[in-house]
Amino acid sequence: MFGYYLELALRSLRRSPGLTALMVLAIGFGVASSMTTWSVFRAVSGDPIPWKSSKLFVPQIDMWGPSARGSDGEPPDALDFADAMALMKAHRASRQSAIYAVSPSVVPAATGAFPLNVSGYGVYNEFFPMLDVPFLYGSGWSAADDASRAAVAVISHTLSQQAFGDGNSVGKTIDIEGRDYRVVGVLADWNPQPIFFDVRDTGGFSGDGPDVFLPFDRAIAVGMPNDGSTNCSVMPAAEGFVGLQQSSCIWIALMVELDDAAAVTGYRQFLDGYAAEQQHAGRFAWTPNNRLRDLPAFLTFEHVVPRDTKVSLLVALGLLIVCLINTVGLLLAKFLRRSGEIGVRRALGAPRAAIYQQFLCEAGVVGAAGGVLGLLLTGVGVAGVGLVLPKRIADLAHIDLSLLALTMLVAILATLLAGLYPTFRASRVQPAWQLKSN
Amino acid sequence: MQIRPILSALRKHRLSTILIALEIALACAVLCNACFIISQRITAMQIVSGVDEAALASVQLTGYDSAQAADVDARALAALRAVPGVESVSLLNSIPFGSRRGTAGISTDAAGQHFGGVIEFYVGGPGSLQTLGTKVIAGRAPQTDDFHAFTSFMPDEGSVQITQALAEHLWPGADPLGKEFWMLKSHYRVVGVLKNLVRPDPTGWTPEQRQWSVFLPAQPGPYLTGSYLLRANSGDLPRVLRDALAAVAKAVPEVVIDRENSHALTDLRRDVFKNDRAMAGMLVGVITAMLLVTALGIVGLASFWVAQRRRQIGIRRAIGATRGDILRYFQTENFLIVSFGIVLGMLLAFALNLLLMTHYELPRLPLYYLPIGALVLWGLGQLAVLGPALRAAAVPPVVATRSV
Repeated sequence: MFGYYLELALRSLRRSPGLTALMVLAIGFGVASSMTTWSVFRAVSGDPIPWKSSKLFVPQIDMWGPSARGSDGEPPDALDFADAMALMKAHRASRQSAIYAVSPSVVPAATGAFPLNVSGYGVYNEFFPMLDVPFLYGSGWSAADDASRAAVAVISHTLSQQAFGDGNSVGKTIDIEGRDYRVVGVLADWNPQPIFFDVRDTGGFSGDGPDVFLPFDRAIAVGMPNDGSTNCSVMPAAEGFVGLQQSSCIWIALMVELDDAAAVTGYRQFLDGYAAEQQHAGRFAWTPNNRLRDLPAFLTFEHVVPRDTKVSLLVALGLLIVCLINTVGLLLAKFLRRSGEIGVRRALGAPRAAIYQQFLCEAGVVGAAGGVLGLLLTGVGVAGVGLVLPKRIADLAHIDLSLLALTMLVAILATLLAGLYPTFRASRVQPAWQLKSN
Repeated sequence: MQIRPILSALRKHRLSTILIALEIALACAVLCNACFIISQRITAMQIVSGVDEAALASVQLTGYDSAQAADVDARALAALRAVPGVESVSLLNSIPFGSRRGTAGISTDAAGQHFGGVIEFYVGGPGSLQTLGTKVIAGRAPQTDDFHAFTSFMPDEGSVQITQALAEHLWPGADPLGKEFWMLKSHYRVVGVLKNLVRPDPTGWTPEQRQWSVFLPAQPGPYLTGSYLLRANSGDLPRVLRDALAAVAKAVPEVVIDRENSHALTDLRRDVFKNDRAMAGMLVGVITAMLLVTALGIVGLASFWVAQRRRQIGIRRAIGATRGDILRYFQTENFLIVSFGIVLGMLLAFALNLLLMTHYELPRLPLYYLPIGALVLWGLGQLAVLGPALRAAAVPPVVATRSV
């Protein structure tokens, strides 16, 4: 029966090509525009580390007190040096790392080469296994390297090629800020978007990934200044990088891995205990006001998804609804025109369900055709995103199988939905009245 | 033209009428708000910088040891000044549309009780205000003894020039000259008023905050090193900047030139407003598609109605209606439906605007957008219905005499 209805639908659509083309165009346009903006939205709001994000947490401690809080009562979104070091030393999570941005200069090995300015981070050894950082050669450094402030570095594949040319550079020596470091690992291409371990400085998105990772304590010991943003509630008493370390200014990100609910509760208690201890010691003159958000919650809290993207998704949704209403109107016109035909079918004994099947089948065909057009237009749209959106965001939007399937699904479902009411009206046609009037 | 017969005919097609009206209403809501967002972005992009953008470029150096700052400055400045075509070179911590190094919160009393907002301190060496080309409209420009030496973030005190917009914000209606403000313990006195001086990062601030800047004169020091403002003839600027970068690379080979931030100010400006341009472009695309789809919907439904009423049209023609009557019938019908949609659409537009206001910090939609939106949709409706209406008018009276 389905095949027969399909044939009927095609025949009916062929009879009024203008109206059919209008419906297909409307569906195609609506679906394509919403799918294009969706692909961008999905790209920027995507989970950068979906297999692990629910186990990664960002602790926040209120070291500034009520006077510096905003109206939302939130504590600062990063840590000062003293608190970051205390949490690292306590080592209460299964893995943890303090993180700060550095921007050292690197002198390539080739003679006469100009120094490069690279971006990177000071981190602890647990950073690499915690975030499942992929290595091309070698690995991260050891806990012993952290403790001894060893001159070791993990560099990106790009920097490795710039400094040493092709091949494995593990074990070679690289000049960073005028000091020699031994390369212990070379990253495979790794540039997660958003850069979830450093959203404060990057706003979530930046072009090329980090080029160099150094042991945190080592970078501090050699006085490699903070390249990320620094926020202070009071001016540091002493000047320079050392002054910053003694101040309550925030400039360090901390990420911890907690494997189950019990560990999360435990860490929360530990944070509250720590803040209470600081209160007793007289450093904090206020009750503990801590937060422990998991990664997705923290990214939402930091408004990582650009506001523009949400607005354009909203606008595109509006367009899709306009297209749907349009289709409802056109299908209604088309179906009611065939009251006579429906009357004959009903008089010959077709139940309402059969009429439903026939007309929903026709709506589905329109939806499928609209979907195919929508696919083509989505392809054009995603390719054209680069013309209007900043490159680093446009690069993230891409077409994959799930987007293709979603486009098709949205188109057909939307048209079926739009076809429901017109079909309902068609099935209510009184056979006797139709037969008489003709 | 009689409206009553049209209304009773529409009552027969209640649902289709409601659908078209709904479509128009949605289109009206999206159109008004999208146009408003576009105009906001365009206004933002046209911000007056208050400096001679076309003649300015920035050169940024990093990666030197801070102990070497004075030496780096001396060599870099000498090299830059020697480049043919360079009119002047100055030290300036922040660059309009470029690097930002002087953002800080201020208060209008020494105790820090009256918060004055977060502003931009342009800390500049001698001659930098002239290099910028910023106009002083009241008070005086910096004098030689205004330039204090400093070693930290910025001088602890000084005589500053502030923008009109900031003065009006801090001391509404009062003469800002001689007024004082504080940044933590640092203390500053206003001696001049600037017409405009844009922040380095205007897109991150509300429209009124975008001009909250202060010019603070200072002697060259480690904190200013490596951030240079170049002035040259605007036609010659690309060449001058290229030569300048080459000259610096040669004169101070140990430093790193920050290529991302060393550009002409016009390029930096274009970069700053990239997102706004993208958003405006995207919205224009969506609006076009939406109007097109709406028009197509009207064409489709009107064609259907015309086909359905061929006999009635024939009868009307046979008993004396002119072609014009038929044409006007369909035009009036469309006008009524669209008007109904517009009334609904204005309510929807306000609802959508409220939603955007609460979630996306958009200001209130000015009322004049509504009549403009209405006019556009009326025009669109009339244009879309014209084809089907003309076809209806062409129906010959003889149709009435034909049996089915």
